[in-house]
Amino acid sequence: MTTRALASRFAGYAILIFFSLVFLYPFVIQISNSFKTEADASANPLSPVPHPFTTDAFDRIFGSTAFPTWLGNSVLVTIIVTLGRVLFGSMAGYALARLRFPGRPVLFALVLGMMAVPPVVLLIPKFLVLNQLGMYNSYPALIVPLLADATGIFIMKQFFESVPVSVEEAARIDGAGVFRMFWSVVLPTAKPALITLTILSFQGSWNEFPHTLVSVQDPGLFTLPRGLADLVSGSLGAGTQYPLKLGAALLATIPVAIIFVTFQRYFVRDANEGAERG
Amino acid sequence: MATGIRGNERGAGWLFIAPAAIVLGLFMALPILMALWVSLTSWNGQGSPFTSDVPFAGLDNYTKLFAEDGLARQDFMTSVRNNGYYVLFVVPIQTVLALGLALVVNNRMLKNKGFFRTAFYFPSVTSSVAISVVFLFMFANTGAINAVLGVFGIDGPQWFADPRGVLHLLLGWTGLVDVNAPPAALADHGVLGLTWWDWISGPSVAMCAIITLVVWTTSGTFMLMFLAALQNLPVQLDEAGLIDGANRWQRFRHITLPQLRPTLFLVLTLGLIATWQVFDQIYVMSQGNPAKTTLTPAFLSYRTAFRDFDYGSGAAISFVLFVLIVVLTLFQRWVMRERR
Repeated sequence: MTTRALASRFAGYAILIFFSLVFLYPFVIQISNSFKTEADASANPLSPVPHPFTTDAFDRIFGSTAFPTWLGNSVLVTIIVTLGRVLFGSMAGYALARLRFPGRPVLFALVLGMMAVPPVVLLIPKFLVLNQLGMYNSYPALIVPLLADATGIFIMKQFFESVPVSVEEAARIDGAGVFRMFWSVVLPTAKPALITLTILSFQGSWNEFPHTLVSVQDPGLFTLPRGLADLVSGSLGAGTQYPLKLGAALLATIPVAIIFVTFQRYFVRDANEGAERG
Repeated sequence: MATGIRGNERGAGWLFIAPAAIVLGLFMALPILMALWVSLTSWNGQGSPFTSDVPFAGLDNYTKLFAEDGLARQDFMTSVRNNGYYVLFVVPIQTVLALGLALVVNNRMLKNKGFFRTAFYFPSVTSSVAISVVFLFMFANTGAINAVLGVFGIDGPQWFADPRGVLHLLLGWTGLVDVNAPPAALADHGVLGLTWWDWISGPSVAMCAIITLVVWTTSGTFMLMFLAALQNLPVQLDEAGLIDGANRWQRFRHITLPQLRPTLFLVLTLGLIATWQVFDQIYVMSQGNPAKTTLTPAFLSYRTAFRDFDYGSGAAISFVLFVLIVVLTLFQRWVMRERR
């Protein structure tokens, strides 16, 4: 290998390692500072080693904040929303890809249109409809509006269009009804797309924040992101209490981190599909 | 038999699409229409906005944002300015960073690409609220960023308490303008409720912290898009360039970059669309403070409705933002239409 190539390889690694630090060190800081005392965290914010080491922040997270309530609400919302999005998304995607019925082109155009609607402009509108329907400040308000998303429908439609119809034709000749065929023939073949949609829905609903702002106001109905935002805005009382806040944020990040590491290739695929989809 | 199946399909089609259609219709289409109505009223949040007791305001909520001198226009234009600078900084920086990282990760001579790809992408999948908490700590007065700056002998600012615009600071630092007594030509005249001097402030120091956070979280996603595009490029072209004696920069500039144009366009427009929607980070980190320099239209619309109980004005701001983003999205789809 020439010196030039060696130098270029060295420079390449140097850049990559520098940026890995930039992208990962904030998480190191988050983890280490959540095990520090408040004084230590403000005196040595950069140090990766807590001195002294303490789990005081976590004791207080579980002992004197409503964290357990938020966690429970987040788990409940995430499970129901993920199931709903996967089921409704694949059903709608299948109908748009395969079933012939009047109004289908219009419905698909509407799905494309809804994908373009920016979520932040829906804050006031969603509040209005929840208020009008008498759902505001309840579990249904937190969950039902998230049960379907246009992007999920789009992903499933694209997927169903990419698989050959032959299996379904065979089932059709057997005289299977449309729903039974969908459930026992179509869905099992759609596993990769279903996993992608499950992961996307899980991540999206676990991290969802703006919707909780306009759907509930009772602290007993807060999910983790809403509770965290509430902690930061000063419901804690004296001091900055960074170890506690960082610890709570850390606990809220762990489930998504585990899913990310386990199913990484599905995340990557989704971003790539985004590139191709345009 | 065939007609039987078709007839069956017709009902099944509607049945299959019904759950999603009901949810999206009830919580997306209907609310948009309701908000459009509310934006024409001065509903204060009491009772239902759809009774005759609610005063009809016509287009007042909209004209207040553009044509009438007053606090509403001043706040709205301030939020547009803030978000404008935010877009101007975030979009180019994240695009260049994403492309640069993708080029390095794509280098054929390097191993362990998977690890680096993961490391760069991970911040994108985490909760915006949780990450904002981490960055609040990093940018705290005694936080990690100021500790790093201290190593280089720089006395870091009080990030989230500092409303000074960076272009103002730059002008003051060059000695061209006295920041405390800006030239009358700029300070005494203006357009749309802000003086020229206010318009050219640049992002505030506080906004720079938020810009840093957002560039950090989103670059990874765009890097993956560039990486996917780079891996699909034919190697032969690059090798032909190498044989012709083109150096690395020339090959990038004249061979790689032209082939990346569709991806570059996609990343730029996705960035433009997303940056006009910044909300979560503002809510958690600054609530529009200090001195309204991190106020954005999305947050202003929320604040106007849910804190000042002026739902009509809040909804009007939302719709202006809506139109802006839809126009950007239609432009993007129109340019990329052949590729679909």
